[in-house]
Amino acid sequence: MRPFTRLDAVACALPIVAVDTDQIIPARFMQRPRSEGYAPVLFHDLRTDPAFPLNLRPDAKILVARRNFGSGSSREAAVYALVDYGITCVVAPSFGDIFAANSVNNGLLPAKVTEAEAGALLAVLADGRLMLVVDLATQTIAAGNLRVDFTIDPAWRTKLLNGWDDLDLTRSHSAAIEAFALADARARPWLQPNPRGRSF
Amino acid sequence: MTLAPPPMPPAGAPRSLIDKLFDSHSIVTLEDGQALLWIDRHFVHEGSHHAFARLAATNTAVSRPHLTFGVADHYVPTRGRGCPIADAGIARMVAQLEQNTARHNILLFGLDDPRQGIVHVVGPEQGLTLPGLTIVCGDSHTSTHGAFGALAFGIGASEVAHVLTTQTLWQQRPRRLLVRVDGPLGMGIGAKDIALTIIARLGADGGVGHAIEYAGSTITALSMEGRMTLCNLSIECGARCGMVAPDETTFAYLRGRPFAPDAFDAAVADWRRLPSDPGCVHDRAISLDATEIAPIVTWGVTPEQALPIMARLPDPEAADPAARAQMRAALDYMALRPGQALTDIAIDRVFIGSCTNARIEDLRAAAAVLSGRRSVVPGMVSPGSSLVKQQAEQEGLDRVFIEAGLEWVASGCSMCVGMNGDLLAPGERAASTTNRNFKGRQGPGSRTHLMSPAMVAAAAVTGHLTDVRPLLAGRG
Repeated sequence: MRPFTRLDAVACALPIVAVDTDQIIPARFMQRPRSEGYAPVLFHDLRTDPAFPLNLRPDAKILVARRNFGSGSSREAAVYALVDYGITCVVAPSFGDIFAANSVNNGLLPAKVTEAEAGALLAVLADGRLMLVVDLATQTIAAGNLRVDFTIDPAWRTKLLNGWDDLDLTRSHSAAIEAFALADARARPWLQPNPRGRSF
Repeated sequence: MTLAPPPMPPAGAPRSLIDKLFDSHSIVTLEDGQALLWIDRHFVHEGSHHAFARLAATNTAVSRPHLTFGVADHYVPTRGRGCPIADAGIARMVAQLEQNTARHNILLFGLDDPRQGIVHVVGPEQGLTLPGLTIVCGDSHTSTHGAFGALAFGIGASEVAHVLTTQTLWQQRPRRLLVRVDGPLGMGIGAKDIALTIIARLGADGGVGHAIEYAGSTITALSMEGRMTLCNLSIECGARCGMVAPDETTFAYLRGRPFAPDAFDAAVADWRRLPSDPGCVHDRAISLDATEIAPIVTWGVTPEQALPIMARLPDPEAADPAARAQMRAALDYMALRPGQALTDIAIDRVFIGSCTNARIEDLRAAAAVLSGRRSVVPGMVSPGSSLVKQQAEQEGLDRVFIEAGLEWVASGCSMCVGMNGDLLAPGERAASTTNRNFKGRQGPGSRTHLMSPAMVAAAAVTGHLTDVRPLLAGRG
């Protein structure tokens, strides 16, 4: 995965509360294999409106939204759609937990700010500012004279900065995993699914 | 500034159910608080194709195939079972799951299996879901399984691939949110009403970063079906999981289930140690008085936009300016007027189904209202599993629905998510027992009002949103 360090890019204001995953990608498009690319279906039903903000700033790489962005389903396709389109940072006061985890697993930064800070960023974008600078090392977002700190889980920050995949980290613990599995099977013999269930 | 993970309870200190589950599955814990958790059960469905594709691309084997179970639910047709699936795309999704599970030696409850159903109904029904387990699935409503005192949560495709490959997952310890509900529930009021009341109070992101523990006399009095409905909806207030401490109700439900342990009493002895210790600390707590909970319906496009059925729609002009735009947009999308009485909202269709409210108790509650009455709008009833369907037919509930004019169909996610083609027409308004009233969730332009099965039945009978309580008078 490509590391995320600093992004100096066009930002799009999406001043909407609860942009849920069904808005990001409607369920009917989820049969697509990843190889086909998900960019064409990003915000599919919202983009039919010519005034939808992303239609006015189609080259955005950053979204700034209101609270509860990415709430709803666990569909990682919502993140595929954003990333395939070219959006690698979403700034909002809160995110759906599963969406945020999926984002980090695909190199997209979910940057959490306060309601007031989101409001300030939305205001400068509404005033015509095009670009934002997002710096993960310093955890700041800069827009001219406006400077906003954002928060992120420290483990996620490390992953994004280094472009790490969980699997590499997990494999370095494989001996501990095997030892745990053995000890656990002895300590909790009831946890194995009863083979009786298979002989239906 | 970073978000610090919540503190681990010191050794020997009283621990919550959440901490006991987290600690007992932590293989290693890193300095940044991330723990590598062992996963006891993993469910996959047609939508898990991205994860299987990733395994195929790297020629990776499934680490513990006997701990993963496949269920065909998201795309399965609810009509014409036994005939070939007409839609080529849907047929491909169902076949892909069959191929992927067969390739990796994963047991599949497939389209033609008599145990097929919605994954969050099938897991508990088969006794795969047990107290004390970690349970994951690439579906946000995996929180359902927390009803048994398990740590159960939805994950994305990358995480599904990680679990298939290693049977583990990296997680931060969640913050603990205690939701206490005490007192008796009124007639016609159930777990769905409790859940929507909680969501309306906390907000659709009020539970983000938290695991919810539900407790109190109202919760312990709930059946397993009710507890599952409650935990299922935890994700709709943003919590990744919800749970109820296991008790006699839990053990009685599980005893004798196909995949439940033979040494059941030894397991119960372990499970009795799971409930939160007296004096343990939760990061947050809220409490509700059950006697104040009324039948509740959603009016907007997020589950937090819910009001008791006796209420009128809010007026954006009277609202906090920050909330005004959202409220106005929701009323516009739903084609509703500020100040309108909820009971004046006419509906076009009803749907009874989904992992939230399609278990036997839900079907009984709807049938109790519909018995001897006719639905004045079309609608369908899709049981939570094929076994629930069979049981309902043995109890004669199917006759009640059919005689009321509703369609009795096979089990699947169906109109909750619409992936199988069961959709509302653009602009259509439904009273639905499902979990999400998002824009377009039940089809482009669809309008969804969430409510309990009894309330959906009441809406069917009258053609508009209706307080079910008078309709239950004299019906025990």
